[in-house]
Amino acid sequence: MVTIADSRREEILAWLEEVKDPEVPVLSIRELGVLRDVEVSADEVVVVMTPTYSGCPAMHAMEADVVTTLARHGVPNVRVKTVYAPAWTTDWMSDEAKAKLAAYGIAPPARLQPDDLVPLRRRAPVECPYCHSVNTIVRSEFGSTACKAILFCNGCHQPFELFKSI
Amino acid sequence: MSRESENGGNDGWVAGARPATATSGVAQNPFFEYLLRLADDRLVLGHRLSEWCGHAPILEEDIALANIALDLIGQASMLLKLAGEVEGKGRNEDALAYFRDAIEFRNAQLVELPNGDFAVTIVRQFLFDAWDVLVLERLTAASNQALAGIAAKALKEATYHLRHTAEWVRMLGDGTAESRARAQRALDDLWPYTAELFLGDAIDAEALASGSGVDVESLRSRWRQTVDQVLEDATLTVPKDGFAPRGGRVGRHTEHLGRMLADMQSLARAHPGAAW
Repeated sequence: MVTIADSRREEILAWLEEVKDPEVPVLSIRELGVLRDVEVSADEVVVVMTPTYSGCPAMHAMEADVVTTLARHGVPNVRVKTVYAPAWTTDWMSDEAKAKLAAYGIAPPARLQPDDLVPLRRRAPVECPYCHSVNTIVRSEFGSTACKAILFCNGCHQPFELFKSI
Repeated sequence: MSRESENGGNDGWVAGARPATATSGVAQNPFFEYLLRLADDRLVLGHRLSEWCGHAPILEEDIALANIALDLIGQASMLLKLAGEVEGKGRNEDALAYFRDAIEFRNAQLVELPNGDFAVTIVRQFLFDAWDVLVLERLTAASNQALAGIAAKALKEATYHLRHTAEWVRMLGDGTAESRARAQRALDDLWPYTAELFLGDAIDAEALASGSGVDVESLRSRWRQTVDQVLEDATLTVPKDGFAPRGGRVGRHTEHLGRMLADMQSLARAHPGAAW
């Protein structure tokens, strides 16, 4: 049975699709996996979010955007609740979201493998989002944001960003 | 912790380490104290790394060090927030970061040492990361759910840091004569300070007994496996164990921490309550 709270929740989730990651504006916070849930009660709306990286400065912008976006749709009492568990993982990203990243020029994160948390493991080859060559090298393990690394493609001689798998 | 040990008895403390003389009463709440240790390692090391911002030898490393700093400070923020809740005196993460003095900090001395050259910063980060992944791995099973959640998140980041710093230790050690000499000197200078990472005391024992701690002494052999392997690849010599300064965990620090805090805390103290 669909209750009023359920339909209200669906409505709010649809509005939250407008909130994008400011650093990766092709992904909504739901596609990024940062939006975990929406809890609707009589006197407030609680938006449950989890950070990508512990110190990601874009989190504050996304939280503020959630509040202003919902205010624009006439939702006054919005509270953002931050949860840390389960820890955010790029595996929550759908294939559709990954395709959007690739089209935007960012190599999408590979699915996590069992040994990915083994220290000192080597990275599997990454495909260039422009020419699809796997003849690529890591230029920097860290990039312009906490979630990305910088690679270089020997096929098309272009630098590109990789959304790190964690 | 008992009142005797707080007031100067030596029960429960490792040989050679005397209890702190001024702990602002924090030892009355051992789990709060334990969380401060975890948080302060990250806060202090994160701030040290942030000092490189705009000064690293190459752009990629400038970005890398700033990114690692951001992760560590983010982890510190979560842990200090939790510590403030556990303490229950209304102190939030900012109050704990900016309004405690050096004697109230609980970080290991290793992380407060000045950055030195790039080799010192990288070798220190590698030695810390190799230890950190082991600590966080254990803490993912902590009975305190909030701590377990933070640890699971931080472990992913620490694993990534370790891969990066291990790669750099190999490059510096197995690099030019100059980079090798600097990496070896850094290793020789820093090695004594790693001993403190593996010293447990009554606070650690209590956290462990409550299901939310780590037996740090038991981590040493696995840490040595990682470190020895990377140093061998890097053609660097593992220093001999000997001189082992300690005391950071009970608030006794090198002269360097106070200066670092003066820099880190000055803005918050000049403008209490400021927001931007």
